[in-house]
Amino acid sequence: MSMWRRLLRDRALLVGTVIIALLVLVAVFATPLSTFPEHVTAFDPAQRLKPPGAIFWLGTDRMGADIYSRLLFGARLTILIAVVATTVAVLIGVPIGLVAGYYRNWFGEMLMRVSDVFLAVPQIVLAIAIAQTLGPAIHNVILALSATYWPFWARLVYAETRSQRNEIYVEAAIAMGASPLRVMVLHILPNIMSSIIVRTTIGMGGTILVAASLGFLGLGAPPPTPEWGRMIAESREFLPQAWWYATAPGIAILLVVMGFNLLGDGLRDVLDPRIRRSANRAP
Amino acid sequence: MSGAPLLELIGLAHAFPIRNAFGVRTGWHKALDGVSLHVGEGEILGVVGESGCGKSTLGKIIAGILPPSAGSVRFEGNEIADLPPRAGAALRSRLQYCYQDPGASLDPRWKIGRALEEPLVVHTKLSRAERRRRVDAALEAVGLPQAHLDLYPHEISGGQQRRVGLARVLMLRPSLIILDEPTSGLDVSVQATVLNLFATLSKAHTLAYMFISHDLSVVRLFSHRIAVMYLGRVAEIGDTTQIFADPKHPYTQSLLAAVPQIGGPRVTDHFKLEGEPPHPDALPPGCRFAPRCPRADARCRSEDPQGRTLADGREVACHHV
Amino acid sequence: MPPDAPLLDVAALSVSFHAESGVARVLDEVSLSLRPGEIMGLVGESGCGKTTLARAVLGVLPPNAAIDRGRIVFAGEDLLALSPSEAASRIRGRAITFIPQDPYGSFSPLFTVGDQLAELMRWKSPERQPGEGGYSRARRQRDRERAVAMLRAVQLPDPERLIAKYPHELSGGQRQRVMIAMALLPEPKLVIADEPTTALDVTIQAQILKLLRGLIAAHGASVLFTTHDLGAAWEICDRVTVMYAGQEAETAAVATFFTRPAHPYGRMLLDSLPTQGSALRGIPGEVPNPFAPPSGCRFHPRCPRAAADCVAIHPAARAPAIGHSVRCHHPYLDARAEPAR
Repeated sequence: MSMWRRLLRDRALLVGTVIIALLVLVAVFATPLSTFPEHVTAFDPAQRLKPPGAIFWLGTDRMGADIYSRLLFGARLTILIAVVATTVAVLIGVPIGLVAGYYRNWFGEMLMRVSDVFLAVPQIVLAIAIAQTLGPAIHNVILALSATYWPFWARLVYAETRSQRNEIYVEAAIAMGASPLRVMVLHILPNIMSSIIVRTTIGMGGTILVAASLGFLGLGAPPPTPEWGRMIAESREFLPQAWWYATAPGIAILLVVMGFNLLGDGLRDVLDPRIRRSANRAP
Repeated sequence: MSGAPLLELIGLAHAFPIRNAFGVRTGWHKALDGVSLHVGEGEILGVVGESGCGKSTLGKIIAGILPPSAGSVRFEGNEIADLPPRAGAALRSRLQYCYQDPGASLDPRWKIGRALEEPLVVHTKLSRAERRRRVDAALEAVGLPQAHLDLYPHEISGGQQRRVGLARVLMLRPSLIILDEPTSGLDVSVQATVLNLFATLSKAHTLAYMFISHDLSVVRLFSHRIAVMYLGRVAEIGDTTQIFADPKHPYTQSLLAAVPQIGGPRVTDHFKLEGEPPHPDALPPGCRFAPRCPRADARCRSEDPQGRTLADGREVACHHV
Repeated sequence: MPPDAPLLDVAALSVSFHAESGVARVLDEVSLSLRPGEIMGLVGESGCGKTTLARAVLGVLPPNAAIDRGRIVFAGEDLLALSPSEAASRIRGRAITFIPQDPYGSFSPLFTVGDQLAELMRWKSPERQPGEGGYSRARRQRDRERAVAMLRAVQLPDPERLIAKYPHELSGGQRQRVMIAMALLPEPKLVIADEPTTALDVTIQAQILKLLRGLIAAHGASVLFTTHDLGAAWEICDRVTVMYAGQEAETAAVATFFTRPAHPYGRMLLDSLPTQGSALRGIPGEVPNPFAPPSGCRFHPRCPRAAADCVAIHPAARAPAIGHSVRCHHPYLDARAEPAR
């Protein structure tokens, strides 16, 4: 069955793809889609804490800025953080995992123990520590996220590399005289790529959640950046009267994280067609 | 077949450490324990034996996949045992190893054309055009169409994958190919096709083979000479016709007696060999076949026989020959 | 049951497998009959359906299999008409037992050999009536003695010590011997041996085949022996049925098959065996895809004698001689040219 047909049949994958596609669209077209694009920085205290209505579709925040418009621009920030932090984590974690899994000697063991140390500390706590030390700024958030997230990829790639290392095609390539670098990058890596893609997709959801948490704790971008986590933090003192203030960014975060998770799960089913599905073979 | 042998093994040994539950080494599993033999140009040497005899380990050591614990391997006059991978690969380019399922040696994510070019990319500095020419020639030699170059391994049948794997082995124009159980698991009708292909290639390119197999009838038909292995040693080695007509080593005799002969008397009517080979970590002193040998005596149980050359040119490792 | 009636009579059995990519007709109107005390070889290459046939008789087809047509009559009863629980308690493991190809996978790695034998005897001892509850101490003792005696009969050294061992502590040959013991302890009428020596070294195979011949003769059971190794079939079988791509090709006494094979597939198969002095001849082409098999006789695309009727109609069985049946429109009727030995 072709990939596209499978895509359409898998509801979860479809929903996930749609959500992420919407996120990207919203981020790209935030300016034309928003009603008050200037409210990213400007504010209007006379309109503060208005409930959702005809003018302000999702209500206003404590500075009188339109929550809907700020939400849309926040999407840009969300994508930026997710993509950059995850990419950096992947670029660190994958090579480490490859080398450690390929050589299986003391060096690899040491690398894995280092990653174990990182994994032992709760990611949020570590991210808080780093962000706190470096100060509130978007690039520090990204740094904190990458630094705490790379071990997940290192572990995954380590395990997959070790298992591929025993496959005959790898042994044959080595026997033929291919250098270790060639084997790792040209042979093993493409064969484990689907696992990496799936983990990366799900990882983006996790990254967004941690970024939002950091923003909530005040460690993210300084105001008035329309970061979703920060918006929820700001809403605390006005709950439960201004219920819309937290609801909008909260649902946005929920949807986006769920979207990435669904996409990742669905991709896993699509990219790793278990060839040995027993119902599919006649013995 | 003149001059120095193409491949020469002297006293080759390989031992795997046996570790207990704590990872402490408690002993050695001697997969190979002093194997010496040679293969001439264009010659086909069959290596037979049952499980645990070490024939697979032998093939892998010669191909450089496993390192030897002791002994020497000389190929085309050069010592190739125990070299660092890069140097070894250069000297070994004309010595290729063909897996039991050559199709499995193909990377599932690589197109066949690219997989076939890889040996040339790694070992030679040929231009793209020249590489392409060689790939086309190799495909033709194994009887596959050019269209296969753009396909992935899972898009062709198992038999065709096998041929592609074989074509890949031929890319570097080897002078010796180690065939590790090439017909195991194959249906008899397919086996004939595969063996005929090997034979054709051997004649066309003056290829020598080390034909490792547990299937005696196939080895008999195909090999010029044959080496019978038992528990890491060569029990007997010589001309195929000689050995099949008149086996001298008691193990060889039992082995040949066990093979069913269709149309002839049933071997199970008279088969006599009892027991099973001892565990390789607990080899008995003296001759390793002594516990099961009908002719074993005190000398056999205490003194390990070395290979001796007999008048008719074959070598046997037995006190009673 | 009259004395010369067949013990097992498979009549025009058709089995198909249902998968995502379609329906595979794995068995197509296969008929087979086995007399009491006879060893019948079911010979064929990969995809011929011999394992599926064995499993159908045993009643252990996978869930996506369907029996489209046919009957399996064992000792006068139609096995397909039995309820699953009846088949399980009365027939399987008792009147019909099984020796698998891979003895290692068939043992539970968590229990000793003795435990597994004890479990077998608890439920399938010849002394126990089906449906009988309880396990008296006296019977337990007698069962244990039976088991040890059988282990000795399969030439396992020191059975008393062996039953305390775990399966992974035994060698392949030893495990297979235990399997044989387990197959014979319930005193079955029919033993189905699915490639029992394929995974074994040739000297061990010779020992096991010799052992099997002796034991089967002593117990008076019938055996359905599936194999792709014609040499093993020659050694142990009284008669052989050759199968190709889910269809039965030929049934004959073993000597008849090897000297006067009537079906072209059988003949070409024998010709492709490695023998001295003759060039190796394979069978051109490939085994058909079970999801889209050829029409009529499934061998016709590869057959040198194929004609129009072969493409259209699956041949009915005809008998060139007594006890020799072949399903072919154009069978060979002469003896095969013996290769030089």
